[in-house]
Amino acid sequence: MNPGQFPDKWGRFGQFGGKYAPEVLMPALEELETAYLALKEDPAFLSELDRHLKDFVGRPSPLYFAERLTQKCAGAKIYLKREDLNHTGAHKINNSLGQVLVARHMGKRRIIAETGAGQHGVATAAAAAKFDMECVIYMGRVDMERQAPNVQRMHLLGATVVPVESGSRTLKDAINEAIRDWVTNIGETHYVFGSALGPHPYPRIVRDFQKIIGEETERQMLEKESRLPDCLIACVGGGSNAMGMFYNFLDKPSVKMIGVEAGGHGVLTGMHAARFSGGTLGVLHGAKSYVLQTPQGQIAETHSISAGLDYANVGPEHAMYRDLGRIRYTSATDAEALDAFGKLSRWEGIIPALESAHAVAEALRLAPTLPKDALLVVNLSGRGDKDMATVLAAMEEVKRTSARMSEGAGKAGESVPEMPRV
Amino acid sequence: MSSNRIDSAFAKLKQAKKRAFIPYLAAGVPGSDETVEIVLELERLGADIVELGYPFSDPMADGVVNQTAANRALELGVDADAYFAMVEKIRKRSQIPLIVFSYLNPIFKLGLDAFARRAKAAGMDGMLLVDMPVEESLDLQAVCKRENLSLIFLVAPTTTAERLGKVLEGGSGFLYYISRTGITGEQNSFQKDFAGKVAAIKNASSLPVVVGFGISTPDHVRTVCGLVDGVVVGSALVRRTLEKKPFAEMLKDITALAAPLIAPTKEAWN
Repeated sequence: MNPGQFPDKWGRFGQFGGKYAPEVLMPALEELETAYLALKEDPAFLSELDRHLKDFVGRPSPLYFAERLTQKCAGAKIYLKREDLNHTGAHKINNSLGQVLVARHMGKRRIIAETGAGQHGVATAAAAAKFDMECVIYMGRVDMERQAPNVQRMHLLGATVVPVESGSRTLKDAINEAIRDWVTNIGETHYVFGSALGPHPYPRIVRDFQKIIGEETERQMLEKESRLPDCLIACVGGGSNAMGMFYNFLDKPSVKMIGVEAGGHGVLTGMHAARFSGGTLGVLHGAKSYVLQTPQGQIAETHSISAGLDYANVGPEHAMYRDLGRIRYTSATDAEALDAFGKLSRWEGIIPALESAHAVAEALRLAPTLPKDALLVVNLSGRGDKDMATVLAAMEEVKRTSARMSEGAGKAGESVPEMPRV
Repeated sequence: MSSNRIDSAFAKLKQAKKRAFIPYLAAGVPGSDETVEIVLELERLGADIVELGYPFSDPMADGVVNQTAANRALELGVDADAYFAMVEKIRKRSQIPLIVFSYLNPIFKLGLDAFARRAKAAGMDGMLLVDMPVEESLDLQAVCKRENLSLIFLVAPTTTAERLGKVLEGGSGFLYYISRTGITGEQNSFQKDFAGKVAAIKNASSLPVVVGFGISTPDHVRTVCGLVDGVVVGSALVRRTLEKKPFAEMLKDITALAAPLIAPTKEAWN
């Protein structure tokens, strides 16, 4: 199959995707698609984008051999694609920069975006600052609390951060508010959607701006190992870092791919964001995909320790490749992500974002089962500075729980996840 | 499509040189029996068609009043059974045309086909799904046609002539023109290019045209009646259904709000 044939002109990835938007937005989506399709063939635009990706973002990001992680797992060779080293600390800047440039070419003066973990908000605020554009970021109140440093960074970058108090006050509600802003200020405003989600053409545009991750990975792996990797692992919220890593390899059958969703307290508890475990076909925020919802079609509340994965819908391109069996999806719980967070910090000196820690958790499970010459790449989509408060609070909780457990069992809790020492 | 209650309502209004008054209510707020009573009271006051909001947890095109009402309805347990029970109660006592107003997902989840059948069986006359643009609506068009339900689309100030053509081809019943870009909610004045845009839509439209989003004063209503076939009043009414007070008082407030808004629609218009 040719991955480039998707989406079709209706924005469909098989039965997924589409353009389920209020009428007010439809002409703007058409305008965006027309502008984008022209710009992506425009050598001047592409060289401008390349230049900023190199000098502003710091691309290419390294492909790092995680030697101690590999030794500890005693299996496959584990490489980390270091998107955490990008300017603003995550893969999000690849897309924000691209879309802000597109908006500039479209003559828009005002940029809005939603953010969950705050990484997309910070990246968009930075790109808007660089190009002297007004920037408004919508962020759920709950997420503002758990990702406070990113709120401060957005303020410093000159953005207005609007707290969202509706619903569960997380990413879903931030998207609702950003859409409300967009339908109100449609003429002058471009909405920089942050993930491979939303109505067409967003899933395609975001994928295109993120696919550089996989393209660089292939080149770098050929340089280091003279062959393609055997398996790629990435966390999946909306799915932009994962699609960015996977897209380039979809037509290379020897490369396996695993997307890791947020298992929260465990998929059996119902408190999670694993759409491929508990979701059913639905339409949320413009795209048809697997949605966590009630039997009556009301959107379910999700849970994840990582704000960036805490969302009820999954990118439509992921949904298609999941059904085709090309990409396998699994989940990691909050506890597994915290464990991976601690281990990567201690073993490699790299503090991952809690989102990316879900991918690391899968690597910790998988690598020991693979032969020593297998090549595993984890997309380290972001860095974890923003997560300190969340992790410290979770460690306190684990300590309390293990104290209770050890009182009960009369024995120290040896199964407590390995945590960074503080 | 054969004619239904909505088509008949507009035909009668045209003959009488009157305009349609179309209230929007969040079904089940403040309660199911109360919704039935409010609909009947509005009909008594001169309402011609009623839009009954079917709640969705994430109403992304709605302002805070309608969001609050949708949440209230969900808290009160308004699901498909409760919703259609209300419709059936109204239908026992009234022949006023009723429209499902919602978002796609809750309808899609229950099945477009099954939902449309139930809507028809309960006595409804049309559907409007905010996030279902005409391009995505082929399945729903077929289902609505089979059930003789009108499929109503929104048209916005941003809608191009080309898109208007598609909407007129796929839609039926009437066109719902959004008086401004933005979310639902009351407002003080129309956008400055309002009259020209509405006149252009009316001129191009083979269907009756009504205007909604932010209509809250008799002056707004009179302006709209001079241009098109009717008005929708939503948030201003819904806000009164959210107040915490005895229902008799609430009904008085609703009457006090609605009567002066309805009056201009029943003057002689050409």
